Amino acid sequence: MAWLGVLYIGSLVLLFITAFWSTDPFTSKVIPGFTLENFREILTVPAYQQTALRTVGIALAVTALCALLALPLGLYMAKIASPRMRAVLAIGITLPLWAGYLVKVFSWRITFMTGGPLDWLLTPLGLNGPGYGTAALVVTLSYLWFPYMAVPVYAAFRQIPDNLFDASADLGAKGWTTVRTVALPLLKPAFIAGSIFTFSLSLGDYIAAQFVGGTTQVIGTVIASNINLNPPLAAAFATVPVVVVVAYLFLARKSGALQQL
Amino acid sequence: MTLSRPAKVLLRVFAGLVMAAIYLPLLLVILNSFNATTSGAFPISDFTTRWWVAAWHNEGVRAALWTSIQVATIATVIALVLGTMIAFALSRYAFFGKNVVNLLVVLPIALPGIVTGVALNNTFKTVLEPLGIGLGLFSVIVGHATFCVVMVFNNVQARLGRMNRGLEEAAMDMGANLPRTFIDVTFPGFRSAFIGGGLLAFALSFDEIVVTTFTAPPGTETLPIWIFNNMSRPNQAPVVNVIAAVLIIVSMIPVYLSQRLTGDDKR
Repeated sequence: MAWLGVLYIGSLVLLFITAFWSTDPFTSKVIPGFTLENFREILTVPAYQQTALRTVGIALAVTALCALLALPLGLYMAKIASPRMRAVLAIGITLPLWAGYLVKVFSWRITFMTGGPLDWLLTPLGLNGPGYGTAALVVTLSYLWFPYMAVPVYAAFRQIPDNLFDASADLGAKGWTTVRTVALPLLKPAFIAGSIFTFSLSLGDYIAAQFVGGTTQVIGTVIASNINLNPPLAAAFATVPVVVVVAYLFLARKSGALQQL
Repeated sequence: MTLSRPAKVLLRVFAGLVMAAIYLPLLLVILNSFNATTSGAFPISDFTTRWWVAAWHNEGVRAALWTSIQVATIATVIALVLGTMIAFALSRYAFFGKNVVNLLVVLPIALPGIVTGVALNNTFKTVLEPLGIGLGLFSVIVGHATFCVVMVFNNVQARLGRMNRGLEEAAMDMGANLPRTFIDVTFPGFRSAFIGGGLLAFALSFDEIVVTTFTAPPGTETLPIWIFNNMSRPNQAPVVNVIAAVLIIVSMIPVYLSQRLTGDDKR
């Protein structure tokens, strides 16, 4: 097993080292030697700065959207649906995981196309679809990673004993109050576990951005376009998601959510 | 649970809408593969099966499919061996740095694929290429194996943790040697997790695109890469539609069947 571990870990370490190297502007040859130039560029060139911030913003929006959808769905599946309906829905939310990443991106590319299904649906209402852009990207990414959030939230909902809800009702709490004060605190680890995936996967995505993002630039597109021209800059950019994800994992570990993975 | 009737109805409608949002786009792809016009305008007016015929005879697709099968098979075999070994090492033995190894194994799925891809691309180009191992099928397989190992490891480790060690001790007490015990007692105990992890690894590898783009040499196409390369070519669009439709059907039916066969809602 050692060679694979060495290759993978070694590559990550080398990536960090490369991030401090530079490129000859004429020959595109990588020049070893310590420089903070790449990081200075990321932090000071406004376009790069905005790209990094925008990507983190998109990842947060996707995570929030997934969580917002997973809560009522989980509540319905775990506590209201009949066992049969519950089984159908449980298969229903996990099945698309197998349909293939590109196929799903592709299906939303069709949906958001100008003159496509969404426009067709909205025209009678006097509206237009958003077309390819940041909104389409957030929807597509949420669609892609939704099962990673929905499954743990649903599973956690199932583990909450019914009599906790009954007790809450006996004490006079209405439905929503019960969800907020009883269910949410118990669901927190599941939300954090799910968010690790929705957040991290959104942060690194660049293919969905290419196909439904329109002109939206994300960290991934910058890495992909620099990998051959300026590897050290691509490497430096790749460390941004690593730093953010590791920080996120560290916070998640403190909350005990990693045991839920 | 006590919820007002309107609230229940609202939640039911909501669940229905989510399901619609999940499946309508996929249905659209299948529908679109029969679209006679190539513009993709909606609603579809003319239907045809000729793109299905064209896709069937497409050489590029066949070559890409074969590459995908090769890569996924080898990566899965590597993952099964390594993932199981790591799972055993971590759940049966205490050693220095165990927590670090635990974290490192999970890293490939916690980190975005693009990081793994760029890191491996960088290593192959700057370190291994001068040694004669450039980008090729080998680098693609290595890239896939990194996250396939995690899948097998996760599945097997979870099962090992719940297994009854007493059974193995009993087998040894009754004179079975170590390999015998493993074959007759230990392996059957985690077999389904082993197979499940393998299937998951195979499916993931078959679907992988990001790590592949960075570890494949120019000209080597797996099926996802082929779709990716042809998605924005207008004259190939109908064939891409068909391949996407096939992938939806082929990937979902066996999963649906296996879920139905293994019984309803076991969670």
